[in-house]
Amino acid sequence: MRAAIVTRPIDTAALLAEVAAAANGATVLFTGSVRELSDGRAVVGIDYDAYESMAGEELTRIVRESTERFGTMHVVAEHRIGSLELGELSVAIAVGHPHRGPAFDAARHIIEEIKLRLPVWKQELFTDGTRAWVDARIDAHAPQP
Amino acid sequence: MTIRVLLFASWADALGARSVDLDLADGATAADVLSALDARAGSQLPRPALAVNRCIVPSHARIARGDEVAIIPPVAGG
Repeated sequence: MRAAIVTRPIDTAALLAEVAAAANGATVLFTGSVRELSDGRAVVGIDYDAYESMAGEELTRIVRESTERFGTMHVVAEHRIGSLELGELSVAIAVGHPHRGPAFDAARHIIEEIKLRLPVWKQELFTDGTRAWVDARIDAHAPQP
Repeated sequence: MTIRVLLFASWADALGARSVDLDLADGATAADVLSALDARAGSQLPRPALAVNRCIVPSHARIARGDEVAIIPPVAGG
C-alpha cells in the first residue's frame, strides 16, 4: 500500500504496475480529472491548495483503513496539488484484489473518504478570467456532489 | 502565549497570508482560536474546523504552546 500527495503529473500505468500481483483477478483504477464545466460555467483549470503534511497523513490513514476493510494490501492512491489544466488527473486510486467486488468497493470507498476528509481545496479558474474557491460556495450550494 | 495558525484556501486569501500569529490566554481552546480569527477575517467565509497537530479537534480542545494549529475550511479535494 502507498499514499502520496504529489506535485507532478500522475502516472496511472505506474500505479497499475504497483498493485499488480498474481493473486489478483481484478484491478480497478479510478481517476478524477479537471472537468470543463462547473455549475454550468466554463473552467480552464483548477489550482489545488493543500495542508500538505496533514493531507499526506490523512490519505495514508484512508488507504490503510481500506486495506483492512477490503482485505488487500494492493492499494495505491495519489492526489496531485498545484495548477492543473483541463483534463489533467487530480487523483488516482488503484486497487488489486482477488475478486472484482471488493476491488470496486475499495476504490469507491477511498474516493468518497478523500472527498470528506482530505485537507485539500480547489480554486476553479473560469474562461472569463475570474476564479473562485469551491469551499467558499459550499454554504450556498448544498448538497455538494 | 503566541500561537501560529496556518491558513488555507479562502481563509489564506481573505487574510492575505499563509499563517497568522495569535496572542491567546493559557488554556485557550479551539473555539477561542476560531473566534479570534473571526474577528480578523471581516468577511463572509465558510465555517472552518480546527486541526491541532494534523488532526481535527472539537471546539473545547485545549491549545498548548508548541502545537501545530491550522484552519481547515470545508474540504474540496478529489
